[in-house]
Amino acid sequence: MAENDFRLEERLTAWHIGIALGALFLGSWFGPLQVLEHIGIDLYGKLAPGIKSYYQGLSLHGVLNALVWTTFFITGFLTFCAVHSLKMKLRYPWVNILGLVLMVAGLLMAAAPLLLNAATVLYTFYPPLKANPFFYIGLTLVVVGSWLTGFGLYFTLAGWRKAHPGARTPLIAFGSVLTMVMWQIASLGIAAEMLFLLIPWSLGMVQGTDPLLARTLFWFTGHPIVYFWLLPAYVSWYGMLPKQAGGKLFSDPLARLAFWLFLVLSIPVGLHHQFTDPGISPTWKALHAILTYAVTFPSLLTAFTVIASLELGGRARGGKGLFGWIRKLPWKDPSFSAQAVAMLIFALGGVGGIINASYSVNLVVHNTLWIVGHFHLTLGTAVTLSFIGITYWLVPRLAGKELWSLRAARIQVWLWLIGMLPFSLSHHFLGLRFGVPRRTMLGASPYLSPEWNPLLILAALGGLLLWASLLLYFFVVVGTVFGSRKLAQPAEMPVAEALRDARETPAWLDSWRPWLVATIILILLSYGPPLIDLVRSADLSSPGLRVW
Amino acid sequence: MSGFRVDPYEKGWMLASAAILLLFLLAVAASAFYGFSLPGHEGRVAPGRSAVEPPFANPLVVERGPGRYEAYLRAQVWAFVPNEIRVPAGSTVTFYLTSPDVQHGFLIERTNVNVMVVPGQVSKITSRFDEPGEYRFLCQEYCGLAHHVMFGKVVVEPRS
Ligand code: HEM
Ligand SMILES: [Cu+2]
Ligand SMILES: [Cu+2]
Repeated sequence: MAENDFRLEERLTAWHIGIALGALFLGSWFGPLQVLEHIGIDLYGKLAPGIKSYYQGLSLHGVLNALVWTTFFITGFLTFCAVHSLKMKLRYPWVNILGLVLMVAGLLMAAAPLLLNAATVLYTFYPPLKANPFFYIGLTLVVVGSWLTGFGLYFTLAGWRKAHPGARTPLIAFGSVLTMVMWQIASLGIAAEMLFLLIPWSLGMVQGTDPLLARTLFWFTGHPIVYFWLLPAYVSWYGMLPKQAGGKLFSDPLARLAFWLFLVLSIPVGLHHQFTDPGISPTWKALHAILTYAVTFPSLLTAFTVIASLELGGRARGGKGLFGWIRKLPWKDPSFSAQAVAMLIFALGGVGGIINASYSVNLVVHNTLWIVGHFHLTLGTAVTLSFIGITYWLVPRLAGKELWSLRAARIQVWLWLIGMLPFSLSHHFLGLRFGVPRRTMLGASPYLSPEWNPLLILAALGGLLLWASLLLYFFVVVGTVFGSRKLAQPAEMPVAEALRDARETPAWLDSWRPWLVATIILILLSYGPPLIDLVRSADLSSPGLRVW
Repeated sequence: MSGFRVDPYEKGWMLASAAILLLFLLAVAASAFYGFSLPGHEGRVAPGRSAVEPPFANPLVVERGPGRYEAYLRAQVWAFVPNEIRVPAGSTVTFYLTSPDVQHGFLIERTNVNVMVVPGQVSKITSRFDEPGEYRFLCQEYCGLAHHVMFGKVVVEPRS
């Protein structure tokens, strides 16, 4: 390819990812502030009057890291994946451009009240805490913009399928589009919460709201959103990483099966976040608990297929013996090592997740620091470190520059691991053993126990290392974009071949209708009755409060 | 399943995964049947009314039988009312909570008590206290600027 055919697409991707990285950078500054506060070093005074409280900072940390960084990265990355995997330009680029415009407009709208301390409601914005209306409208626009990105990709895939009758959709494009479909269905919960409850209420059109109904709609989206974050990493683990490891994808059909199962099973499990809520029948909670175990199945499938694919790579590179192939993997390639470490950590996070989901243990760890430990393994590492690994080839590709300091990038990955382990393990332990609550300014709390201190200190040390790793990462990114030498050859998206030709993949693994129907039926069965019950008994009697 | 050949190792792995998940399922089912109960429908109280209507207007602890207590609490910004509950060792206490303002949480240290307190809803949860001592309860959900000062305690007194 002499001329780059995907100029427009790549510029779009660059905008998405640039904004995502900006959010991660800003949001992460609050991480060290939080862990230091917990051990009695309160630096928030130094940020006044810009940042007025621990909780305003925590709202920014959650919104920027959990919502903005993820959503913008994913929409950008999947756009890149889809067009390069299909080798086809966006069919209606204006749809994707409009999507980006809406996302940016929404981001600016939501950022203003957050920065002005008018939306210190944390990233879950549970009513009747009432933020400025721009916060809700802005977040809604970000979601709608992400839908447009999805539609842009569907139109493109539809065009490809018309042009290639009978052919199997390339795996990377398939996974990318499936992720957006899952997200569109899943985000209907938050969309309904915003449009029917929060926006009219924050604008003063209705006096009160129903907090439990709002919570339930929130968690309709709030669980599958973690798969929206995770599936793009899976696209890379299945579709790219085997190639980066010098191997092949072990099984193309099983990769697709895993994606389909995620589509079908991600959504009807959200009540597992509401085990301890009043007003929802334990029967429905139990059903969601059961389905939660079902959704771990495709993750276990992924573990096997991905590890087997990496083994193919390690052996192709001369690795011998039961474990000898591991040493031969390209650990010196930071894009590989970041994603391999992310997987390793994800295994830990997965075990913790299964524990959270079990009814009885959930009562012990719900809303404690255990949860903080858990999602810094899953979202904070499995997802974030995978995305970081992806940027180690994607940013050079988009900028046309060589990666600035391979060494710094290598160190960054291991520093992350060394920081994350103590950070996360001590949080898990503090929650399980002592019931230390999360979302709490512990250093200022009258009930802080001296016996929590050693673990809080360990967590703080880990958190600072983690933060150092992120700073190093941003040095590498900025150095690459602004300082580095031009690439002689454009960096290409790594595309793993399957061990056996994808043409052998059966057609039912590449047809949408049955899976979509199954998805919708399962949602209706699992969410229909409890939601109807909540809507019927809805009581819009909680006035909004601004208690921060 | 035309053309869909599965590697034997992979098949083994899938079966093993399915078996493990089934085991977990059984464990959940067992815990659901054997006395393990999650909060459910316990009635509703309009948030504006809970501070003026019984039983939450003058929250109290009632003895319902030998060693069986019911405790009514309001969780509100930024305190539990009442913030101290005294019962003799060996008591079983059923807690009823509601909130007149924003969402809160109710977690008692060293017990399995951990529920959300949502305006408009009544949360119910039961626990037995055998060992004398102080069991602090904390608000575990962000409820505004002074969320971190919101706590109270159950004092379990030795039987005389
Ligand atoms: C720089 C390293 C980081 C440190 C030291 C750190 C530290 C923390 C701490 C201590 C909390 C708990 C605060 C509380 O519950 O009171 C927290 C919450 C959180 N963190 Fe981080 N974090 C870091 C990076 C990240 C990253 C990379 C992500 C995700 C991409 C992330 C996502 C979150 C989320 C979603 C919350 C929950 C916010 C809430 O409860 O509303 N953090 N972080
Ligand atoms: Cu979940
Ligand atoms: Cu609170």
